[in-house]
Amino acid sequence: MRTRLQRWTLLLSAIAFSALPMASWAQLSTFDIEKRIGAESHIGDITGHAKDAAPDYRRYCVGCHGPLGDGNGENAVWMPPPMYQVPRDFQLGVFKCRSTPTGTLPTDQDLFDSITRGFDRSNMPQWNTFTKQERADLVAWVKHFSPRWTNEKPGTPITIPPEPEVTPERIKAGRDVFARVQCWKCHGVQGQANGPSASTLTDDLGRPIAAFNFTEGSRPKCGDSDRDIYRIFMTGLDGTPMPSFADNIKPDEAWDLVFYLRTFMRQPSRAKEMAKQLGLKPVDPNAPVAQQ
Amino acid sequence: MHVLSRSNLRKVVHSAISLLSLAAVIAPMMLTLSQPAHALPAFARKYGLRCSACHESWPMLNYFGQKFKDNGYQLMNDRDAPIWQNPGYWPVTFRITPIWHRISTGKVDVDVYAGGNPGPIGSTLQRVEQSGFDLSGLDFHTGGTLEKNFSFYVLPSSNNAAQFHFETVMARLDNLFGSPWLNVKLGKFELDNLLSEKRILTLTGNGGIYQLYHFRPQGDGNIFGQMGDNQLGVEVMGHSSNDRTRYSGALLSSVDGQVGLPYGSNAYSGFFTASQAFDAGKLGVQRIGAYAMVGEAPTTWRTQTGPSGATILPGSGIGNKGFSREGFVGLFYFGQHADVTVVTQHGSDNAWFGQGYGDFIDGIAPNNNTAGTVLPANARSPAWNGVLIEPHFVYSPQLIFIGRYETIRMSQQSTPGVPQNFGNISTYTIGYRYNPFMTSRAGFAWHNEYNWFHLDGGAPDGTNLNVSELLIGFDFDF
Repeated sequence: MRTRLQRWTLLLSAIAFSALPMASWAQLSTFDIEKRIGAESHIGDITGHAKDAAPDYRRYCVGCHGPLGDGNGENAVWMPPPMYQVPRDFQLGVFKCRSTPTGTLPTDQDLFDSITRGFDRSNMPQWNTFTKQERADLVAWVKHFSPRWTNEKPGTPITIPPEPEVTPERIKAGRDVFARVQCWKCHGVQGQANGPSASTLTDDLGRPIAAFNFTEGSRPKCGDSDRDIYRIFMTGLDGTPMPSFADNIKPDEAWDLVFYLRTFMRQPSRAKEMAKQLGLKPVDPNAPVAQQ
Repeated sequence: MHVLSRSNLRKVVHSAISLLSLAAVIAPMMLTLSQPAHALPAFARKYGLRCSACHESWPMLNYFGQKFKDNGYQLMNDRDAPIWQNPGYWPVTFRITPIWHRISTGKVDVDVYAGGNPGPIGSTLQRVEQSGFDLSGLDFHTGGTLEKNFSFYVLPSSNNAAQFHFETVMARLDNLFGSPWLNVKLGKFELDNLLSEKRILTLTGNGGIYQLYHFRPQGDGNIFGQMGDNQLGVEVMGHSSNDRTRYSGALLSSVDGQVGLPYGSNAYSGFFTASQAFDAGKLGVQRIGAYAMVGEAPTTWRTQTGPSGATILPGSGIGNKGFSREGFVGLFYFGQHADVTVVTQHGSDNAWFGQGYGDFIDGIAPNNNTAGTVLPANARSPAWNGVLIEPHFVYSPQLIFIGRYETIRMSQQSTPGVPQNFGNISTYTIGYRYNPFMTSRAGFAWHNEYNWFHLDGGAPDGTNLNVSELLIGFDFDF
């Protein structure tokens, strides 16, 4: 006859064994990931191989991104948002910096550029000390964490028209675009990240996130050239509240907005000088929204 | 033979089932809830990067670590200023190494006793062996940023008897005019050696330094050309954004890093480096560079005679004579696991140094170049050539095997007739360092090393001297 203790222990062991597959999700996940170790990347004429990136990932990246690429490295807990950025969860296959339309996978070159450029206002430094081959290998390694890369192809990069000459008219037109698509709601009327919605922003995982402050001298996360800024708001930053405005802003208007955004930035630019001469006033959040 | 009864057998089976059931409960919990144990050195814990991100093997820097240092201990991610750190963050790291070592010196002049005589009856050359447990000195490293683009480093360091000195004290203005090509450092600092002695991977007496950085011909009085010693001065350095191209130039007081202006009244040296790195695909990044140290140091020491006799006036050295060290450096990688560093040197001292003039103040040089002193006839500038080869096999960031071979050969003795090989050095070192864990919090290395050192004509009787050392230790910082 079984004692009460034996019955309880048998019951608990049955529960434990049945829960084992769930509890050992990490191991299964590793198995899943390892199936994709043959992942490749193509950067120009260089082919990157995921398997060759393992030592570099272990040496440089794992402390933040974790052994499973899920952003749960040992240091992730010390990077609380919104002051810091939580390390990227590569398993989700969602990336901010893309040349491709919102919702699509980035190109290999996009990932390569992100590794090379790093991210301001985060603990992700510029890894431009690596050889191109090493960076291409790491791109393949990043891709091998997510099944999205086996099921989907990267999006087609958006077309960016040639940059026109900056003029006072274009800056004023950019100001109108800034008002119309309500950039100020998050970024504030003077680009100081203090719009009425700024304090409520969260990313797709519900973590607090800060809008970009154009005035403090930092570089935008996905590059600081005019083309980069154009690309940022036309593709959006996936996983964050920053949407794509590709459906709301015409390509020519997008350049106007780039010039207007430059007037906020601390870095010297012709647009900034022109805005000063114009005595341009910030947008009025209470003004009626102009129709496109 | 003991036979269990049926009831006892049932009890045993039930107990076994209970134990297995408990194990079945506990084992999955252990498997799923246990995490790797992770134990902060100053920079790693500031940025949340593991030691391995900056160090090929701690303390030796890799390319990323070198770039971080060249940027003034900044990642350049707009979070470098201390204002972004938790106010409780204190950028200090301690390092010390408890060791066991055995030193064997080939020929030591030892007194001989015999026949109950209380005094020695003579002397003989003998091998002397020492062994036992010991300590290294203690280093207090503190460094980082005072504000974005304002960096500092202070390193009070002791010997193993806890006598402290300032090994490094410097402040640095970074990225002047917004350019990485212009950075200025002032204070006492390590020269911009591409192969850093302060980040050497070996710890023995002769293997824990680069002989090439400290070499002096036998009898030479010039201590001021030691590239391996931290020096007092000002340095201008710059680099490209990816650190592929680097240059530096330093103006130094010829005092070998000693504070208080103890030597010459107007003696300066210069140290210059330039290097270029190349992307070699699968092999990795390769770097080649050159360096030169040129300077002057005093040979004449003014004295002051008082009631107790003549004393040397500190800081009064004049009669400056020249010296130079120049060479090439190559850092070559062969994939992710193997690399080799090569440093060459051609050195030369003025004939006055070669004849025993120079650091009279510490008694290193026996002669004072007072008025009317003349050099012996045919005295020449001593000159030498050397090479250092240091290969590494990096099995993983946690385990590195180290080898080194150095040889320095005199090409010209100061005094004609002195054997050509007198003072030549050959030394090799092998060892490994194993870091059982790799986190951003602390460093610990199980260190094992053997060094063999050979000096031509270095024994008391003028024959060759061999010294060997075996060292085992726990090298840790936190």
